[in-house]
Amino acid sequence: MFEALSGKLTQVFDRLRGRGALREADVDEAMREIRLALLDADVALPVVRDFITKVRAEAVGQQVIAAVSPGQMVVKIVHDALVDALGGPEVVPLDLNAPAPIPILMVGLQGSGKTTTTGKLGLRLRTRARRKVLLASLDTQRPAAQLQLQQLAERAEVASLPIVAGETPLQIARRAMETARREVYDVVLLDTAGRLSIDDALMNEVAAIREETKPVETLLVVDAMTGQDAVNTARAFNERVGVTGIVMTRMDGDARGGAALSMRAVTGAPIKLIGLGEKLEALEEFNPGRVAGRILDMGDVVGLVERAAEVVEQEEAEKLAKKIARGKFDLEDYAKQLQQITKMGSVQSLISMLPGAGKLAQQIENANIDKTMLKRQAAIISSMTPAERRNPDMLKASRKRRIAAGSGTTAQDVNRLLKQFDDMSTMMKRMNKLGQKGLARAGLGALLSGRRF
Amino acid sequence: MSGFLGRLRAGLARSTQKLTAGIGAALTRRKLDDAALAELEDALISADLGPAVAADVVANLRRTRFGRDVTEPEIRAALADIITPILAPVAKPLEPEPANRPHVVLMVGVNGTGKTTTIGKLAQLWRAEGKTVLMAAADTFRAAAVEQLQVWGQRTGCEVVAGAAGADPAGLAYAALERARNENADLLLIDTAGRLHNKTALMEELAKIVRVIRKLDPEAPHDIVLVLDATTGQNAIAQVEIFRAMVNVTGLIVTKLDGSARGGIVVALAKKFGLPVHAVGVGEQADDLRPFDPAAFAADLVDAPEHREA
Repeated sequence: MFEALSGKLTQVFDRLRGRGALREADVDEAMREIRLALLDADVALPVVRDFITKVRAEAVGQQVIAAVSPGQMVVKIVHDALVDALGGPEVVPLDLNAPAPIPILMVGLQGSGKTTTTGKLGLRLRTRARRKVLLASLDTQRPAAQLQLQQLAERAEVASLPIVAGETPLQIARRAMETARREVYDVVLLDTAGRLSIDDALMNEVAAIREETKPVETLLVVDAMTGQDAVNTARAFNERVGVTGIVMTRMDGDARGGAALSMRAVTGAPIKLIGLGEKLEALEEFNPGRVAGRILDMGDVVGLVERAAEVVEQEEAEKLAKKIARGKFDLEDYAKQLQQITKMGSVQSLISMLPGAGKLAQQIENANIDKTMLKRQAAIISSMTPAERRNPDMLKASRKRRIAAGSGTTAQDVNRLLKQFDDMSTMMKRMNKLGQKGLARAGLGALLSGRRF
Repeated sequence: MSGFLGRLRAGLARSTQKLTAGIGAALTRRKLDDAALAELEDALISADLGPAVAADVVANLRRTRFGRDVTEPEIRAALADIITPILAPVAKPLEPEPANRPHVVLMVGVNGTGKTTTIGKLAQLWRAEGKTVLMAAADTFRAAAVEQLQVWGQRTGCEVVAGAAGADPAGLAYAALERARNENADLLLIDTAGRLHNKTALMEELAKIVRVIRKLDPEAPHDIVLVLDATTGQNAIAQVEIFRAMVNVTGLIVTKLDGSARGGIVVALAKKFGLPVHAVGVGEQADDLRPFDPAAFAADLVDAPEHREA
């Protein structure tokens, strides 16, 4: 998400690394680049100014102590300052410590992703927090908005408040809370219509809804692509409804997401969640440390692992682990892995989480790896007999031709898959020797780095 | 025309408040020196023009006005005069060509920019001119996107071609064009799912829609309109770049200009791409679509007191 910014900073620091000692002039040059990069990243101007002032002072001060690598020193200072500006090293979770039903109010501009986020949050609260969730759409403005939330609720397998035509948002909010009390729901997610921060009538309306429902959390949903105006929006919503948390959506885009950096500074409210895709499970905790790491191109391995753990079914994973341990990883298992990769979301969004993702993403671009490739591999495996899948060594020219014809590919494609499977088996044997820790450290990178599918 | 400008200005006035304050503070006290210019540059950056374009505009101002004693209205007019010529060449309304019949307009953009709402507004506009308009709900992905367009169909009296959820959007667009031809409709407006431009597979899907449509009519879609949210920051440049590379975007419509965002990114886009800006959206109602008026836009961006007709 912050690839472009990290690219620029990397350039600057490479230059710093290239020189011997860190002089004040070097720091100033780096700061000019950082200022431009931050502005290009849509960080609000006042926030940029504060940030630069702080980092410059620290960088120049630290110069004497750091004898080894001045560039690395600045990287650390900028990283720490970024973490700070993003809200400190701790993740602030949603506040669910209140008597049920807990109302959570979703607010924001039109098209920021409130309804989708509400659906995702419903799923998250049901599966992770194991809460009984009720979704209610208070959006009587946009055509079919209520229907949209209802459909999302069905997909997330949570309840939604029945739609009653002609009710005002305030009436719906009241009915939602009454329903939640009567039917004993733990959490009620109130999705409101998008509104402009300068629209007095609609801002009054949402203030009235807040008054009525007394939400434990009021989440401002903000598009990661937002420009300088993010600050105005955040300030206005905070003044009128008291924002307790921010959700940044579309963080899977290539926007540098500088709005995230400005948010905390303006509202004092932590960024609690980020949206990372169109699938319902693509909602994650915002981790300032991790995001700062991504800004500096350190990658987001933790995020990858967490997402993988969520999707890969525990049982499957354990079975697979046993097979690997026995050295009996076959093409059936490989096909299952392919399925799970597809489930986890697009390959690109996974790869962008890996360390050094900037460069890697470039390679991937060149290699043109996408889901089509995974599908093709799955097709090849599907065209094999069970016996062939268990024992790929029996695949000779004739069988390969049959499989290629069956899967609409060529014999080369089949060979490539087998070669890759071979590599993977070898790697897995090696990983067994490395043990769990080694797998975590080197495994994921090794799985994907520069490999042509 | 004054009605339009009045309403547009009413909307834009709010969005220029902060910029105005910035410029005012920059100029009440002194002549136009380095410090004043730096503050002007910051004010323009805060309006989302981006650092590079803001620097350009200010450099231009420096050439003509540096060291002079200037009044606040003067400097605003001067800024507007610098920005207007950047915008003037891109102001081109969306004009369906009757000979195309149906004239096919494909709406594209990232998620949540207002594609469906804009289609509703365009349908209203062209229906009012007595044209027959067919809409195609090719956003088969997002929940209730089809129903949303269907409501617009009812509001504007247009038929909506829709398929099952998850249906192939290209196939649906093809069927819609076939139907538009059979019914001899003047216009076919195709709504597509929002997609982030860095999602290769989704962008390929969009390219496929265009490819498939061209099997029926090699000239179609006659307009491919990228809908851009005025609150978008510098990422808009990447959006335009990639959408244009993938589907040859022919013009832009900028939405949500009635908010506090000033849409300064439009200046940067005009400079870099020169793509036509067809219209601006200033509200959620069917008639909240306005022609793009460069002089008014520039003047409102910097809150210049008067603006000349371009």
